[in-house]
Amino acid sequence: MWKYASSPLAGKITVRGFFMTRKIIMNEADIKRTLARISHEIIERNKSTKNIVLIGMRTRGVPLAKRLAANIELFENASIPVGVLDFSLYRDDISSQNVPPIVQSTDIPTGIDGKIIVLVDDVLYTGRSVRAALDAIIDFGRPLSIQLAVLVDRGHRELPIRADYVGKNIPSARNEEIQVYLTETDNVDEVAIIPEPGRED
Amino acid sequence: MEVSQTTMEPKLKTDSAPPEQKIWQHKHILDLDDFTTAEIELVMQTTKAMHEILSRPIKKVPTLRGKTVVTLFYEASTRTRSSFELGAKNLSADISNLTVSSSSVTKGESLIDTLETIEALGADIIVIRHPHSGAPDLASKHVKASIINAGDGWHAHPTQALLDLYTMLQHKNSIKGLKVAIIGDIIHSRVAHSNIWGLTKMGADVTVCAPSTLLPKGIENPQPHFPKVKVTTNIDDAIRGADVVMGLRLQLERQQNGLIPSIREYAALYRITEERLANAAKDVIVMHPGPVNEDIEIASSVVHGSRSVINEQVTNGVAVRMALFYLLTGGNRDE
Repeated sequence: MWKYASSPLAGKITVRGFFMTRKIIMNEADIKRTLARISHEIIERNKSTKNIVLIGMRTRGVPLAKRLAANIELFENASIPVGVLDFSLYRDDISSQNVPPIVQSTDIPTGIDGKIIVLVDDVLYTGRSVRAALDAIIDFGRPLSIQLAVLVDRGHRELPIRADYVGKNIPSARNEEIQVYLTETDNVDEVAIIPEPGRED
Repeated sequence: MEVSQTTMEPKLKTDSAPPEQKIWQHKHILDLDDFTTAEIELVMQTTKAMHEILSRPIKKVPTLRGKTVVTLFYEASTRTRSSFELGAKNLSADISNLTVSSSSVTKGESLIDTLETIEALGADIIVIRHPHSGAPDLASKHVKASIINAGDGWHAHPTQALLDLYTMLQHKNSIKGLKVAIIGDIIHSRVAHSNIWGLTKMGADVTVCAPSTLLPKGIENPQPHFPKVKVTTNIDDAIRGADVVMGLRLQLERQQNGLIPSIREYAALYRITEERLANAAKDVIVMHPGPVNEDIEIASSVVHGSRSVINEQVTNGVAVRMALFYLLTGGNRDE
């Protein structure tokens, strides 16, 4: 990863000819504290760790789900099953894209009937991914309930969906970009925002 | 809020847009000769995801809702046709099976007219099997729908080759360096032709074995347009050390003028038996595209034995066809 702390170009990136500032909103320590808090909230809300299954939404929901499960195991000394969900086959925009997205495998380790499912994703935006994931989960059985945990909620919902556990609310414009990087997938832990062109501050 | 700043190009989108994949370039699936290695790997990866769906309590996903698949078979088929049909249904597509013997084809309607009619009825994907090599290629030039070749004459059967590759990958870690012996009626076998393309592209070491009358002319002298394979007329040489032994059906319906002296002689010299398999690799798997002439090209005990993966091939056929349907659903190509 490139870092030019002392360069005159520090924090400047070019998008479509504009110089823009990329702001890091959460660093490694922030993310760690936030995930610890969400882990406690999950235990608190459900009053125990019984029947909880964490399911990470590909791609970056998966490492987040694993980290939350590791936290809960540490705090409560209980083992939490973690599943992996690829919801590509349930997307509502497959045939409007030139090439369909790569489908990876789904792995739900236990039966989900009567379980409390906590879906985990990195960014909650339009809510369409969560809609697809809900449909996918229902095809595996009838859970007692489904809850949603996200690291970042950036607003702009297009469906009546909300998160039960939110790491950080980041109000954003639609043409801003929120980047979530995790060590497991991107070799660094950070959340950043790239502001819209022409609104440099 | 602590704000630190770094410089880097934005290269990842974590919003709702899915990651763009530019590997897949096909609108039609006619043969494996124009597939890249990356495309074959993408099919394998997608097939793995589809295979998982087949193990679910509800074997259905809504991906192809509203799409129409029509199968048009000018030749008999059990497993290929039904696996296309089940695959389409698992993806929630609508499917219509056109049986040529009860269609206007018997009144003399040409292939192209039939295809144009099917397209006018709203087909998005047409699966075609035809006794003449090149018929699906011709079809692809006349319709806007995607064409999938489900076997054309002696030429190609790409979906079978892909499911064979997937079956091998389930049992072996990698195709690269795998020793594969393809034994039997090579010249008439579209399965062999497509498998040779797929296997050699993925780096397998392929040996074909048949009596010289059942080998295509010039296969032993590598041609620029055909992949390099080893050729032998001795079945024991072919099987020695093989990781995969693939039998082929003796296509009696395509042999008008006695290419073999007698079926008994062929069976004695070229039947895959337990004794012959003793010289293969310890963990050898035995494959056959079916239907099997038991005790002609392959011994009954081998077909139903522990090394046979013939039934797995049939299950994997559904998953592979689901993967191909999925990969062909990109909306805006060629528009």
